[in-house]
Formats: sequence, C-alpha cells, structure tokens
Amino acid sequence: MQIPASFDYVRASTVDDALALLDRHGPESRVVAGGHSLLPMMKLRLARPEWLIDINELYELDYVLRDGNTLRVGAMTRHATLLASPEIFRLFPIVADAERVIADPTVRNRGTIGGSLCQADPAEDLSTVCKVLRAEAVIRGPGGERVLSMDDFHRGAYETAVAHNELLCEVRFPIRPRSGSAYEKVERRVGDWAVVAAGAAISLAADGTMDDVAIGLTAVGVAGTVTEAEDLLRGRHPQEDLFLEAGRLAALASKPIADQRGPIDYKRHLADELTRRVLRRAAARAAEAQEG
Amino acid sequence: MQISMSINGTDITEEIEPRVLLVHFIRDQLRLTGTHWGCDTSNCGTCVVLMDGQPVKSCTVLAAMADGHSITTVEGLATGAVLDPVQQGFMEEHGLQCGFCTPGMMLTARALLDQNPHPDDGEIREAISGQMCRCTGYATIVRSVQWAAAHPAVPEELAENAGEEVTA
Amino acid sequence: MTIIEERAANPAAGDDDRPIGYGRIQRKEDPRFVRGKGHYVDDIVLPGMLHGAILRSPVAHARIVSIDTSAALAHPGVVAVITGQDLLGLKLAWAPTLSADVQAVLATDKVRFQGQEVAFVVAEDRYAARDALELIEVDYDVLPPVIDVRKALDPGAPVIRDDIEGRTDNHIFDWEAGDAAETDAVFASADVVVSQEMVYPRVHPAPMETCGAVADFEPIEGALTLYETSQAPHAHRTLFAIVSGIPEHKIRIVSPDIGGGFGNKVGIYPGYILAVVGSIVTGRPVKWMEDRSENLMSTSFARDYIMQGEIAATKDGRILAVRSTVLADHGAFNATAQPSKYPAGFFHIFTGSYDLQAAHCKVTGVYTNKAPGGVAYACSFRVTEAVYLVERLVDMLARKLEMDPAELRLKNLIKPEQFPYKNKTGWEYDSGNYEQALRKSMQMAGYDELRREQQEKRDRGELMGIGISFFTETVGAGPRKHMDIVGLGMADGAELRIHPTGKAVVRISVQSQGQGHETTFAQIVAEELGIPPEDIDVVHGDTDQTPFGLGTYGSRSTPVSGAAVALVARKVREKAKFIAAAMLETRPEDLEWEKGRWFVKGDPSVGKTMAEIAMGAHGTVTLPEGIDGNLDAEVTYDPPNLTFPFGAYICVVDVDPGTGHVTVRRFIAVDDCGTRINPMIIEGQVHGGLTDGVGMALMQFIEFDAEGNNLGGTFMDYLIPTALEVPDWETGFTVTPSPHHPIGAKGIGESATVGSPPAIVNAVVDALAPFGITHMDMPCTPARVWEAMQGRPRPPI
Repeated sequence: MQIPASFDYVRASTVDDALALLDRHGPESRVVAGGHSLLPMMKLRLARPEWLIDINELYELDYVLRDGNTLRVGAMTRHATLLASPEIFRLFPIVADAERVIADPTVRNRGTIGGSLCQADPAEDLSTVCKVLRAEAVIRGPGGERVLSMDDFHRGAYETAVAHNELLCEVRFPIRPRSGSAYEKVERRVGDWAVVAAGAAISLAADGTMDDVAIGLTAVGVAGTVTEAEDLLRGRHPQEDLFLEAGRLAALASKPIADQRGPIDYKRHLADELTRRVLRRAAARAAEAQEG
Repeated sequence: MQISMSINGTDITEEIEPRVLLVHFIRDQLRLTGTHWGCDTSNCGTCVVLMDGQPVKSCTVLAAMADGHSITTVEGLATGAVLDPVQQGFMEEHGLQCGFCTPGMMLTARALLDQNPHPDDGEIREAISGQMCRCTGYATIVRSVQWAAAHPAVPEELAENAGEEVTA
Repeated sequence: MTIIEERAANPAAGDDDRPIGYGRIQRKEDPRFVRGKGHYVDDIVLPGMLHGAILRSPVAHARIVSIDTSAALAHPGVVAVITGQDLLGLKLAWAPTLSADVQAVLATDKVRFQGQEVAFVVAEDRYAARDALELIEVDYDVLPPVIDVRKALDPGAPVIRDDIEGRTDNHIFDWEAGDAAETDAVFASADVVVSQEMVYPRVHPAPMETCGAVADFEPIEGALTLYETSQAPHAHRTLFAIVSGIPEHKIRIVSPDIGGGFGNKVGIYPGYILAVVGSIVTGRPVKWMEDRSENLMSTSFARDYIMQGEIAATKDGRILAVRSTVLADHGAFNATAQPSKYPAGFFHIFTGSYDLQAAHCKVTGVYTNKAPGGVAYACSFRVTEAVYLVERLVDMLARKLEMDPAELRLKNLIKPEQFPYKNKTGWEYDSGNYEQALRKSMQMAGYDELRREQQEKRDRGELMGIGISFFTETVGAGPRKHMDIVGLGMADGAELRIHPTGKAVVRISVQSQGQGHETTFAQIVAEELGIPPEDIDVVHGDTDQTPFGLGTYGSRSTPVSGAAVALVARKVREKAKFIAAAMLETRPEDLEWEKGRWFVKGDPSVGKTMAEIAMGAHGTVTLPEGIDGNLDAEVTYDPPNLTFPFGAYICVVDVDPGTGHVTVRRFIAVDDCGTRINPMIIEGQVHGGLTDGVGMALMQFIEFDAEGNNLGGTFMDYLIPTALEVPDWETGFTVTPSPHHPIGAKGIGESATVGSPPAIVNAVVDALAPFGITHMDMPCTPARVWEAMQGRPRPPI
C-alpha cells in the first residue's frame, strides 16, 4: 500500500488551539479532519505537509442546530450525521439526496462537511448543495470571524478563501418556508465521483410562484449557480416547459471536459437532463411543504 | 510519539512514527493480521475496523488519530470460543470464499446489526457498499448477515463446531 | 444421462445436513477465516526480514540513459538497491515467460510499458523502502509508443522488441483453426450473413489480495523457501529452478492462503524474482507486496481482443457457419499463460453450442507498449472471448431474421443424441443436454412474461432489455500429450494416506484461492471411502508436502485433481479389500463394498470398516503377498479429454433513457457442471463469476491514453461492482455427468465469467433496440450507452 511521506503530528483540543497551531507551524502545516481527501493524497505523495494538525477532537464543531431561521452545522459534522439527521431531511432534502451518494457509508463515517468544502474538488457534491441552499461559511482566524457566501468561499478547483492560518468552523443554511430542494447525480458506479450532478432549491411565494430558485451543477465547470435559468424561473409558477428551458440553459452554461467519465456532449446533456429532474422534484417537495 | 488505545478491549500503549497508518499499526506492530488491505485509494474496504463502534477504513486513519479511541478488529468479534452470530452466519451461508474481504465485511455487519437489528436486504447492501468482494457476488454475504439477524445469539450446538479458541 | 434434480445425499450418511460425500456442508477452511486467522503472504514475518519496493517506469516507451541510486542507498534503513545492470551480472535481467518469450525482470535497455520494473530497493521496513524509491534518479530518453493495437503492424511503427535480434516489427504470431476454404464456401451460399467488429476490452482480474512474496534464501544449504501468491506452486518451482539456477530439490514454494486469484496469480512476476534476488544479495529474508496500482498496471491483464466476427445462416434460421479474424494485444512481452500449442488459448471453441457445418478463425498477436499478459481472469483460456463473439453474433442474427433469440438458439443447439460431438475446429464435446438447460432458464425467468412486460414498457418509452447467452466451456486441461505449460504436461497428482485410526490426509497439486479445496476434495474422498469429511485433511500449496501438478486455473481443479483424488481413493479402497479379506480370512472377490466398509457377500454383518482395515494395515495382520503395511496410494491423473460444462443465462436490464445508466434487475443462471460435489460452493462460484460479468460488461476497463498512460491504475478508475450494482442472483442447474471423468464432474469455476458478459450486453443492446442499435461494445457505462442511443456507438479502443 502507498505510504505518506514523513510529517509531524499534533492534535488540537479547541478551535483556538488549532488556530494557534496553524499560526505556529505556518503554511507547511495542514489541518486534517476526516482525512478521506487529504490522507489519500498524502499516500500518493501529491500532498506533503510538514505538520498535520488533527482537529478530530474539536467536538465543539460537531453539531446540527436550529437558530431561528438558520440551520447551523458545525464543520466537523460527519457525513453520516448529516444523513441521519431528521431535521436536515425535513428542511433540506437536497442534503440527504447528496449525502446518500457521497463516497460510501464507511467513508461517510469519517468524512466531514467542512473537509469536503475545504477540499473543493470540482466533482464534490456538497459545494453544489451549499451554493444552491445559499449557505454561508463561517471562517475563524487570528483576526476573528468572517462570514462568506459560498461564491466568495470558493475560489476555484481545490481553492477556497480559507487562509492557511484559518479554519472553516460552521456552515449556515437559511431556512425558507414553502421550499423544496433536490439533488441527483450520475455516477459510473456507487461511490464514484460524479460524472455530472445537479441540485436545485425552490421557494414558493404564497401565490405559488417561485420567489427564489437556485440551480447548481457539479463537475461541469460552473463556478456559481446557473443564474440564467434561475432568472427565467423566478416569479413564475413551476411548470414543465419552464423546466425544459431551464435544462437547456443549464447545458449551455456548463463547460465540461472530456474524460473517462464521458465526452463533453454527454455531460452537457446530463446537465440538461438532471437540471430538469431536480427542478421537478424540488418543486414537488416545495408544493408538499406548502401544503404541510 | 506515544499512543494509547483500546484494542479489542485491551488497553495498549505503543511508540509510533506519526505517519503510520492504522492498518499498518494493527498488522505490523500489534501483529493482528486479520485486518487486511487491498488498495491505495480508500476504495476496497478490506481494511475496515470498528473505531468507537463505527466502521472505518483503517488505511485512511492514522494510528495517531486513533489515540484515545477504542478499536475492534476481527480478532475481537468472538467471545472466547463463542463466535459472534455474524461469524457463524458467514459460515452457515457461505458468505466467504478466499476470506480476504471477510473481516471487514463482518465488522460492518456487526455495526449495522448493533444499530439496526433487522435490516432488509437493501440496507445490508448499502452498508457494505464501500467494501469490495471479488469472490461471492455479495448475495451470500447478504444472506449471512440475515442469518445473524435471525440468530442474535449463536446456538450452542453450532458454537461447538467453531474451531479452537483463539487468544489475541 | 441427464438428471434435473439434485443427487440425493448418500444414504450411508443418513443425514442430509452432514453427508459423508457429496452435498451441502460447511467449509472446513471457514473457522480460521472468520476468526481473522487466515494466513496470507503479507501475514508472514520471518526473523530479520527486509522489505522490498519496486521503482517503476512513469512512461510507456523510453530508452534508459542512466540510473543513479546513490541517494537511495544513503537513505536510512536502505540495505540494497538493485538495477537491471546488477541483474545482467547475475544473468537474471531477463526471465523466460510462459509463452516462449522473455520478459525484463528489471529494465536494462528500454522501458516498454508504463509501470515496468526499473529498480528494486531493499530496506529495513516498508516505509523506508517506499521513501527510497523517490531518491532514485532515472534519466529516460522518451520514444514514441505503440498504443493503438490497430497500428502496431503498420510499416514504420516503432519496434518495441529490439532486444530480440533481427526484430523489425511488432508481430508475435498468426494462428488459425478450422477449414478456411470450407467455411468460405458455406458463407458464399448462405441466405443471410451478419458481420460485426467486436472489442473485448482489456480488463484485469484484480483479486482483493495483490501479488507478493517472501523469499528466504539459506546460503549454507543453498536452499530457497519462497512464500508467494501462486496458483501453481509446482510449476513455479520448476521455472524458478530454470531461471535462478538453484537446483529444483533445493527450492520449496509455499502458497499459503490466497486472497483470490482469478488467473492473476498464475504468472511469475518480476517482483517474485526480485524478492529472491534481494534475499540472495542481502542474506536475509525479503518481503515484496505490490500496491494496488502496481497490481493493476503491471501484472497479468486479460482479454484485449479486437474480433471481426461473421455468422452465416439460412433465411429460416438454421445457423451454418461462423468465422472470425482477431487482433490480439499481448502487451510488451508475450507472457500469456496457456498450453504451448495454443497461442490464442481455446478461442477456437467460438463455434459455441451450435451444430455448424463449418468454422474458421485466425488470430494475430502483436506487441504494444502496454503491460504484458493476456490469458488471465477466469477465462478458461480465452473461452470468454469466444463465447462473447458467438453469442453476440447469434443475437444479431436473430434481430436480422426477426426471430426471438431464444427460439433461434433452441433451433440450433447441439442435440443430446449428438454427443460426444465433434465440432469444426477440433474439439470433442463430452456430454450435454443443451435444450433442457435453456428451457429451464426460460422457465425460471418467466421468459414470455418478460417479453410482454418489455413490450408494454417500450410502448411507454421505457427501456428494458432481455439478454440470453448459451455457453459451452472447455476446461480441465490436458490431456498432457496435447497440452503443456513450458513443457510441463498438464496433469495433476494426488496422494492419500489413511492413518491407523482411520483418519486421512490427501495431498493435492492444485491450490485454492478461495474455491474451497479443503472441503471439496475431502468430500470426494468421503464419497469414495465413507470417511467423514471432517476426518480428512487436505494438504495443498506446499511443494515439499504435495505431489507434482500444474495448479489451479482454467477451472481445472475438479476436472483434473478431482479425478486424481477420486482415483487415489479408489486405489486405497481396492487395497483395503485385500487387507479386509486377510482380516476376515476370506477371498477378496467374496467381499462387497458399501460406503465405509467391505463386507462378506450375502452376510452384511461380517465386514470391516475403513478404520478397522487401516488399523489392520498398520498393525499385525498378516498381509497378502504384495500388499505393503499401509493404506496409502498415489496417482497422477492425465485427463483423456477436457470436460465441457455449459449453461443458459438470462439477464434483465433497465436503462435510464435520460442518463444511459444500466441497472441489472435480474439474472437467471442455469449451470450444468456435471456431477455436483458441494452445491453451496458451486453456487458461490457461479455468483462470483456473474459479478465479474457485470463488472466487465458495465464498468471494468483498463484504458490507456495516446501516450500509454494507464488510466485504470487504481480502484478509483478501475471500477469493481459493489453490492449495489448486482442483483440477488437466481441460480438453477441441470446435471449431465462427464462420461470420461471418474465421478462425472466437469468444473464450474469460470462458467459464469465466461457466460455472463454476452447475456448482459445482449440485454443492453436489446433495451436499445428502439434506437436501431444492433451492437455496442463493453463496457456499457452510462456515457457509452448514451452515445449508442444517439446512434453513434463507439468502440472502447
């Protein structure tokens, strides 16, 4: 089996401790959470930190709690915890949709929401989910706390706004009434990274029109959400012909690359197909929420 | 660095290099070779052990990260001569052939049954979906876990046939 | 004779759950495995043992300009660094392959595939060995690679094997079977001809345990003990003696518990040889275990056949002939493992299960800058490719004739009264009742109902496919006069000893990689002698403890070694008769056998059990002239013919019209492997092979880019089915014993790997019929299925 290069290891006991350690050991130090992105890269020697700061004991960052109209999720919350949370399942079914297809159950026992977001793999699912839910990232550093939108959080493939001496601590999801969301992924096999995936969230106004719509795509090179399609849908009643057009716009917005998972035209097609599917499902769920 | 943990109920303290993977610590340092490894990329799941009762891939956990935690390996499944029902189920229903993925499969099954004593076949398949088997085609593994679910304690007459007691 | 129902457990046992002989019993090997006490190569730790690691080529084709190992040697914990130049001095830089070629142990002149062995580090622990690999500096002069097999024979293509004197191209062999002129004549007069190019892409067996070895060379005795992941320990010992110059009697090969083989552990890989060299050089034991990426990138791949196939028929659906030309990619060294006379393995059984007038095939093997190998992965020596070709062609013919594919097969299957059946390429099929198996599978599947459901779904725009395949296997090589591996005749030995208390040990030359030999072979002895299986120890995998034989691959354990074990037991039984006669003071011809004892004809109360006879043999009984004082025997079994298992498979798939994703909803497998020894183990073998079939048909693929980078080198990209990709298998069986095998058994290990891929692909193509698709190549990934739905199916290479 592959083996990582040598490093020093230290375990942080609190967030402040972790920040102090990051500060002390500088840019050659890396935080390890669940470790299921970083350790494989270290084993293949694609990552070679000199110091590894283990934040698995930061239980203070392992929580899912409702705070008024915000659901606050600690960065060290494991995928398995998110998947098992009835609160999340009820408020944000898209999270459950996505969690069900992230890696495999054993990996989900270790992997964390914070780790996934900070890894910022272009084929990573939770980044799309967070964008679609208009989530915010709470980052702490020597200068205190800052709160960023997901657009500001993500800087590109494998790049985020979290500086080397900062820590992503929390993800905040705004809770909206009469809303529904959904995620769907095409993968070559269970546990694989997405060929393409799409997520959508819809909030309905009292009159049944869509007062907010968000559409996100995974693994097709779309940085933010698909605003052209969102603009088209906003203020209208959910209906199939609009979703068809939204799918077309999503395909147009996508910039996939050809690889072993498929050629460009197929991935564009999936952006279209999956956008339509998640819009339908999100709308149905929003309608249910409205009735409920 | 020094680490301490509970392995199959026994507290141990050992000196390690920080980069040592939990799977190597268990196999090479503790000489508990029932835990296997089969890939470089955290996909195959032959290295699964229970960490605080949860299945984890021990190739993707540093031994240092297990400091202070409780680890169960296949060697800790049986109680003396009495097999865990999961172990008995794998023998009854032919849930293994070459035996290489078997320890990880059985540990995941044990964790599943602890949480969900009567899983349906789909739940069993989902639970083991991060672990690969090249021999069985999985159907008999599912049956083995169902056998264990139906026999929460191994009947005594079967326990006798379970082979010699193994001391860790 | 054909028996549909399970053979009853032997009455002597009196208990169906614990039969003395054939029947479902728990495996004797399982108690150690479920306790984590299996003993695999990487579990072995010898005093003073060092660890080896291999530096591999990052490029597919390059000249080695220089190698600097000084920094690696200086690394703490490193004991030795070995390069190809060092091996040249030892005359070990090149080793013979199993196919009359040579393979570089460590590259001396050029590297010829990505992942080829370049240097070997030996260090105190595996971490230090891995670290030192990074410190070796190799200067490569990169050459243009030959990756596209279709261009390998182009004039001006780079010559890969310039190490062979006089080589000016990449051609390895041309081989043909059948009568070309006769076949062409039948094709010329046929009403209907269907042609198709089909690719059986490169795949890899990928057992969960990778390959590895622990070598322990003892310099004073000059003796080598080599623990290794081997499916064929005796053949390996002979080859090691030839390669290393260590006399064969000084070599002991031990193949302990093996974590799956599937053909991957037949060959002798450079890593094994390097572990031996490392031990000789350092004077200490050396362990080498490959990573998964090393396993996938450098050890024996499988398939990689581009097949042009044609089938000829009358317009009313009488199949007349098949023919095929094949381009076979053998990689950088011709290292396939197969009987010497058959460079394309048993591909010439591509006539399948049909009564034909003519057949002809021609196979051309070529070198490319890819990993060597070829025959591996539960293929019964290329029967996978053969069955895939003919079963796809038959389906395409059915479409063309607008006939139901089941009906077309029923019309053309060889009939029971035609056995033994001589086909047009030289095989003699031993026995079969094909129609019965196909009808049984159709009945289990509810075939007509499935077709109705499919029609309803089609009307709604849903894509459902039903695929059939009918296969005939040819397994259990020899006979030795026709079949050998590097000159070693394909026969197997068995030795049986009955201890004085009536317990037994049987020593066999084949090696389990999970097939349950310790149980099955005990059951064969139990059936023959009436000794309970738990009282029979099966010893295998250690050349010092077992008789010579060729090992386990090509589904040969039961057909060859199983026969040896039955015969050695009968020999003991016959000897026991003489001893019993002496004990009973009667004549041997007056005795009659019932399971477990000889008794006096007409007086069943007077007799001797095997235990009593064993004690007599070892005791003080006055033995008849010519009878030794033991109850032991040995045989070497040379099979008179291969055996021909067969089966009928039906697969039901659903295809997502929006994404191209294929779900295998149902899979019905009816197998006939002749006499069945342990139905539980047989079912397990079938299940595993079916899962391999799903893997190959839908996802497994070792792909290369234009530069020769292996894109399937990890389990992230070489996709193995999980529990969620496969259905709950529906298995059934018929029993048509082999007439020439002592117990009528035929072998089952590879039937499902051979038979399932065409059933799945036929189902996918059937699902896509509304798009006018008549063929698509494996793997049927979502993207490739979608492309087919767009009317542009693409070969994978």
